[in-house]
Amino acid sequence: MTLVRTDAAARAAVRTHDLDAVVVGAGGAGLYAALELKQDLGPQARIGVISKLYPTRSHTGAAQGGVCAALANTEEDHWEWHWFDTVKGGDYLVDQDAAEVMCRDAIETIIKLEHLGLPFDRTPEGLINQRRFGGHTRNYGEGPVRRSCYAADRTGHAILQTLYQQCIRAEILFYDEYQVVDLAMPGGPDGGVSGVVALQLATGEVHSFRARAVLFATGGFGKIYKVTSNAHTLTGDGVAVAWRRGLPLEDMEFFQFHPTGMYKLGFLLSEAMRGEGGILLNGEGERFMERYAPTMKDLASRDVVSRSIYQEIAEGRGIDGKDYVHLDVRHLGAQVLNEKLPDMSGFIRTYFGIEPLTDLVPIQPTAHYAMGGIPTDIDGRVLADELGQTVPGFYAAGECACVSVHGANRLGTNSLLDILVFGRRAGIAMAQELRSAADPEPDLEAELAVSRAVSELRGRQDGERAATIRAELQELMFTKCGVHRSGRLLEECRSEVRALRERARHLVIDDKGCRYNTDLVEALELGFLLDCAEATVESAVARMESRGAHAREDCPERDDAAWLKHTFAFRDPDGGDARLAYKPVTVTKFEPKPRVY
Amino acid sequence: MTMDVELRIRRFNPEADTEAHWEAYRVEAEPTDRVLDLLHQVKWYQDGTLTFRRSCAHGVCGSDAMLINGRNLLACEYLVKDAGTRITVEPMKGLPVIKDLLVDMEPFWEQYRSVMPYLVNDEVPEDGRERRQSPEERARYEDTSRCILCAACTTACPVFWTDGAYVGPAAIVNAHRFIMDTRDHAHEERLQIMADPDGVWRCRTVFNCVEACPRDIRITRAIMEVTNEISTVSGE
Ligand SMILES: Cc1cc2nc3c(=O)[nH]c(=O)nc-3n(C[C@H](O)[C@H](O)[C@H](O)COP(=O)(O)OP(=O)(O)OC[C@H]3O[C@@H](n4cnc5c(N)ncnc54)[C@H](O)[C@@H]3O)c2cc1C
Ligand code: SF4
Ligand code: FES
Repeated sequence: MTLVRTDAAARAAVRTHDLDAVVVGAGGAGLYAALELKQDLGPQARIGVISKLYPTRSHTGAAQGGVCAALANTEEDHWEWHWFDTVKGGDYLVDQDAAEVMCRDAIETIIKLEHLGLPFDRTPEGLINQRRFGGHTRNYGEGPVRRSCYAADRTGHAILQTLYQQCIRAEILFYDEYQVVDLAMPGGPDGGVSGVVALQLATGEVHSFRARAVLFATGGFGKIYKVTSNAHTLTGDGVAVAWRRGLPLEDMEFFQFHPTGMYKLGFLLSEAMRGEGGILLNGEGERFMERYAPTMKDLASRDVVSRSIYQEIAEGRGIDGKDYVHLDVRHLGAQVLNEKLPDMSGFIRTYFGIEPLTDLVPIQPTAHYAMGGIPTDIDGRVLADELGQTVPGFYAAGECACVSVHGANRLGTNSLLDILVFGRRAGIAMAQELRSAADPEPDLEAELAVSRAVSELRGRQDGERAATIRAELQELMFTKCGVHRSGRLLEECRSEVRALRERARHLVIDDKGCRYNTDLVEALELGFLLDCAEATVESAVARMESRGAHAREDCPERDDAAWLKHTFAFRDPDGGDARLAYKPVTVTKFEPKPRVY
Repeated sequence: MTMDVELRIRRFNPEADTEAHWEAYRVEAEPTDRVLDLLHQVKWYQDGTLTFRRSCAHGVCGSDAMLINGRNLLACEYLVKDAGTRITVEPMKGLPVIKDLLVDMEPFWEQYRSVMPYLVNDEVPEDGRERRQSPEERARYEDTSRCILCAACTTACPVFWTDGAYVGPAAIVNAHRFIMDTRDHAHEERLQIMADPDGVWRCRTVFNCVEACPRDIRITRAIMEVTNEISTVSGE
């Protein structure tokens, strides 16, 4: 009896909001989609952006080096070259139709950003300035090309601010510091999405947002790893919510490790440091990338450079035999370091207390970017299966999504491009669907389930702390499912992740209150991380080849005959092995070739 | 080399406390640890109720400005070797405390939104390409475009403490970013906002803001440039 009364009370306490469209996430992908929606639907449209952080805190703001487009402002360039580089960079696991859209749309998208106010660096003629970046080449691989458009070394900050500013101007409705924890899917996995359920952090209240179209733009999940460039808040919430709802996750085994993370800290030192001429040195002072990638050297693609560093360390040529190497930027001079790379130079001075003009910088590969995520078509529509069925009313864009334009390894500057191009395209497609979509049906079950889960967690009196389990998960994923993998390591990793998940069912939080309960938030986020880790390792165990970021000692070669296909992993509702399905890669122009840089 | 650090934190949870109080914690730290790491140690392993904001952990998102040893700093940028072995942490001043180190930022965002912090220009060049802007023109707002909206400057300003109606240094910095942008078409409107009695004239050049800014933005210089611009436009 008491339970019934509690449920009724919980239901009554849920606050509801009726909107036309809901965007979850206020990074570049979410904000661009919201702007486009508003522009297409007019000032009357009720477009809500829900974000667990204040929009300007989103991790898009941490992106440094640039966003690429074949503008050809400083030298000859063509979007087809960019297309080729993207496909090759992704070790041919890229869907070439999607990459074609991205590279062609890039030019218009970047120009439009300038029109919105983005403070790009300029050439002497006043055009958007461009610089070199890893894996971006002229004429199908002949040598580096200047394709990255940038605002010093804080391009992401400039993008995030510009889009947020224009959203303020467009009077988009913002729900800041609301954490989405479930989707409204009243008809189950075969039905459509009609909203989201969120916690308002300030009050702890459950809010139900009802809308005819929902976009997930919740970013990545680098926090499954110990050393990462990702923010504490990048916990894969959206990815995990989709997975729990029975939707597939695509290519989760591919997680990019960026070569130049600050040793132990993981913070990123932009590839722009090598783009401007920085080089990598091993413990013998040798520029070892010349051996691994004779043409592109230090600017080969990230998976190649990270693996080369790992190899040098494994063979005892780390610095003093330890697990790091050096980045040498001393020769770039004060002007380049202070004017083109001021933030990077500042990080080195602040966190290492050394001077990049005179000292070598200790670096190690850092977990950086999720190539995989919620599968979508080229207009952001979420796919329900490997055959192409879409989920009505549900969209995803940005790092939480997988279109797939990055395949097995993303090129630098292609993520900012991805979030902009596909965020915008999702906005356009949503606006179209809204015109004919039926009114949203509420999902009272989901609302209630969230209330129950939260009060249960709050009420629990003993158990383990989330932080302990999280730290073990991060260590585990870093050592057994990171740059270097093998069948044995992955199998171990899988069963250990399961054991952690089991332990996480008995968490306890100290904070029993309602107001800004960040203890509760971290417990929920641990749940999301565990789901992302599980999907990652399950997909990795099954893929018996090495491709891009997924490198296995026990099957070191790429195997196109068997594995030129995307993984679609589905969660087992009973907690057993995930169900894996596969989808062919779309190859329209570039036949898979061995990858040499 | 680990050190024993005493962390004194100003705590206040309106759900449970009637007033704010100090609590002390002992943590082990490396000299290169950041104050944010210490707060995490407390939150993760000693007392999960400790409440603060943070995200990027390396000084770019603006989440964790707080008063550390009496100065407004980003917790993720301040190293133990500089902070010492007795560290006090309090919320920023001048904004209502919601819980522990977490303050109500809404008044700050309101100030920000009030200065039209967006480019106004809907004309597109005929060739459909980017608008031209020379490196020199861009350089005029380079400095102020670096703001991360952390509120360290505004909450260090004695004028703001005594009168929350003052628009505050952060909002002026963000107005400057557009006032100095040759592409913008709302120049005069924005200057009018700045010339309001609660606008730029309220600045008493105490320089606290410059001292507090983690991005080393030359805030008082920006304020001066805005006042000069107002004088030029109004023909004085
Ligand atoms: C240090 C660093 C440097 C980088 N540099 C580059 C670069 O130079 N070029 C490049 O192309 N790429 C770069 N990247 C990658 C790129 O920045 C990211 O992939 C991209 O910005 C992701 O954008 P997004 O919009 O998908 O998500 P994010 O910007 O991460 O935003 C996620 C949003 O979702 C919200 N959110 C998350 N969960 C919830 C929830 N449960 N409820 C409500 N809201 C939620 C958050 O509040 C946030 O607003 C870099 C990445 C890092 C970490
Ligand atoms: S001007 Fe500096 S102190 Fe003020 S909000 Fe911006 S970054 Fe923070
Ligand atoms: S946590 Fe982002 S600035 Fe400190």
